[in-house]
Amino acid sequence: MGIIEASKLIFEYIRRDEEGNVEGITRAVDQVDLDIQKGDFIAILGHNGSGKSTLAKHMNGILHPTEGTLWVDGKNTRDIERQWEIRQTAGMVFQNPDNQIIGSLVEEDVGFGPENLGVPTEEIWIRVEESLKAVGMLEYRKHSPNKLSGGQKQRVAIAGIVAMHPKCIVLDEPTAMLDPVGRKEVIRTIRALNEVEKVTVLLITHYMEEAIYADKVIVMDSGKIVMRGTPKEIFSEVEKLKALRLDVPQVTLLAYELKKKGMPISDGILTMDELVKEIC
Amino acid sequence: MLIQLENVNYLYGEGTAYETTALKNINLTIEKGQLIGIIGHTGSGKSTLVQHLNGLLKPTSGIIYYKGQDIYEKGYDRKELRGKVGLVFQYPEHQLFEVDVFKDVCFGPRNFGLSEQEVELRAYEALKKVGLEDECFYQSPFDLSGGQKRRVAIAGILAMKPEVLILDEPTAGLDPKGRDEIFSQIKKLREDTGMTVILVSHSMEDVAKYVERIIVMDHGSILFDNEPKEVFTHWEKLENIGLAAPYVTYIMRKLHEKGLPIDIRATTIEEAVDSIWDWYERSKEKR
Amino acid sequence: MIRDITLGQYYPVDSLLHKLDPRVKLSGTLLFLISLFLIKNIWGYGIATLFLAYVIQSSKVPFKYMIRGLRAVLLLLLVTVLFNLFLTQGETLFQIWRLRITKEGLRIAVFMAFRLTYLIIGSSVMTLTTTPNHLTDGMESLLSPLKRIHVPVHEIAMMMSIALRFIPILMEETDKIMKAQMARGADFESGNMIKKVKSLVPLLVPLFISAFRRANDLAMAMEARCYQGGEGRTKMKPLIYQKRDYGAYGCLLVYLLIVAAVGKL
Repeated sequence: MGIIEASKLIFEYIRRDEEGNVEGITRAVDQVDLDIQKGDFIAILGHNGSGKSTLAKHMNGILHPTEGTLWVDGKNTRDIERQWEIRQTAGMVFQNPDNQIIGSLVEEDVGFGPENLGVPTEEIWIRVEESLKAVGMLEYRKHSPNKLSGGQKQRVAIAGIVAMHPKCIVLDEPTAMLDPVGRKEVIRTIRALNEVEKVTVLLITHYMEEAIYADKVIVMDSGKIVMRGTPKEIFSEVEKLKALRLDVPQVTLLAYELKKKGMPISDGILTMDELVKEIC
Repeated sequence: MLIQLENVNYLYGEGTAYETTALKNINLTIEKGQLIGIIGHTGSGKSTLVQHLNGLLKPTSGIIYYKGQDIYEKGYDRKELRGKVGLVFQYPEHQLFEVDVFKDVCFGPRNFGLSEQEVELRAYEALKKVGLEDECFYQSPFDLSGGQKRRVAIAGILAMKPEVLILDEPTAGLDPKGRDEIFSQIKKLREDTGMTVILVSHSMEDVAKYVERIIVMDHGSILFDNEPKEVFTHWEKLENIGLAAPYVTYIMRKLHEKGLPIDIRATTIEEAVDSIWDWYERSKEKR
Repeated sequence: MIRDITLGQYYPVDSLLHKLDPRVKLSGTLLFLISLFLIKNIWGYGIATLFLAYVIQSSKVPFKYMIRGLRAVLLLLLVTVLFNLFLTQGETLFQIWRLRITKEGLRIAVFMAFRLTYLIIGSSVMTLTTTPNHLTDGMESLLSPLKRIHVPVHEIAMMMSIALRFIPILMEETDKIMKAQMARGADFESGNMIKKVKSLVPLLVPLFISAFRRANDLAMAMEARCYQGGEGRTKMKPLIYQKRDYGAYGCLLVYLLIVAAVGKL
């Protein structure tokens, strides 16, 4: 069994007008099936309102499915009694770096999760040090989070989750509010966690360049999964992605345009080196 | 000469222990009708710079002229200036406050003592210009999508009928669809009105496509001020200050290194495709 | 930038007083303040002065920071002293026109001046040597017996420390929204009272919305990190008394004994 499995997951919410009368029902997640294996790096793409964030919030038990089931490491997320186990198994990092840091020193924030889990004091210190090392923020342990850059704050937030020793980390658009340098920092950190620490990673993003490192890509549109496959497979379908109003990485786009003109170039080029090799 | 800055310096938290130089000796001239990109890493001083252009921040030293007049001269109406130099802040949707979209857009023009009829006319025009759907006009701004909210906020500035429009990171946090919408609206707006537009951004790809002049900021100083192609030839320097040339530039360089006679100054996909295709056609003939 | 400004008035130097457990400093300050109000003669205040001088000296914080807090209450201090001086009934010392100064009045006025000045300086010493978060920790620990009568001590402490973290962020946000509305021609300065209050609407509405959005996000992030209140929580930095803390309690006890003997508490 995979670390995260969903079968026919549906999430609906009721829209109300100002007087509180029911206006209608919106289906944010529609019949989603998932089977994510341990150690995978999965990217979930889709534009705002495609349901990707709603889906993510299910994996941590913040939202519960209207219909269908979601299992995290074999535990049904509907099982309220195991809610805290589920939250520890699948840690979650959010979009706004300012609104998820609780401590007033970097190290105190990283210690917040383990404190909640009732980890003994000496072990908290060990975990904090390990986690800060894993995200490359150890030298900032005594700093105030308010004085860090956006990318550094997100790395602290990731360390805060890592310190809870989760099996899986769900990141809900962690780079949306960052500048290019911050984005690179965060993506590098996430990849290292996946490769070195073997943590399962679910990265929700709308930056296509961030998806090329994933093992598998899932594309969502109006609550449904519309595409899934390796990055190469997904980015071969430039027209389809454009129709979904999503971008394609710049290299892929260049390769695609050249091919369209008549140059013999294969589909799904993801890196510069691949393209250079194809052309020369 | 529309806007001119002469030896402008700005210190944050002057006289406290946290004093930092945010702008260092800035000299800058902006001509009417230009489309300019101001690029810099977070903390490079680009946002501080644009807040000087409409008199929101007062330089510690130096002079700022708008149409030849010193904006800190005695008796100069800086409120009037803010109507002429419209500044759209980063995440501008966070400033919306009225009960419906239309009323919110009216806020700007109403502050300038116009007749009610004129205020509403301008608000209507501005909302049309940003391409907001009619059925949204009387909705609460908080019920709209992220991209729509942002367009409402931009309309709030356009309704003042500014001569210069400054947008600070207009696409930050938006998805590709929202980004495209905002940029194509700005492009259209400029084609229709010939307005002077200044885009503040950290995204080279976005800016390269649209602007005719790039100002690169680093540590409070202007590092480069030239047309995009010239600026991007300094890609190594740009990388050192936490920026990068457009991705296409790197591909073209790599191909050039391999001995392909192609244009290394291409910055957009279209230019790159043309240049590579040219070479491909020629090399095919030789064969 | 606004975010750089340290909240409260913590003065970062390395001194014995800085290193003390916040519980020692909190209870010490409280006992010192109580002693001030119980002292009945001028000798008692002499002892209090000596004690305070010793504490200030060992804090390594420049004296001017200590008296900074006095400026804010200077008017209150003057009014209290003058009222007591002129309005107390008793044995007349001397009289100018209709203003009569009595022996009792003089005594109370002098005592009042001592009490208020030392009260401010005493609490300044505490806030200057303790970070806001340490203070919160200390308070949580000292008030923990109240949990038995269902006072949510942990929750109050958590709220205080979150507020401390978010105040600078919200201050920066206020500045930003203010500027953004000024860019739309808003005027926060001119006009009469009613106009001024009205002009705050475009500032306050976005600020409240933002604060609520942040609160919402934060609550979600805390839940995602398994926060479920104080129950079953361990501490990364538990408060543990060191030798120096017992020493400080000892000093405090000596002071209290002497002041009780001399000041006739």
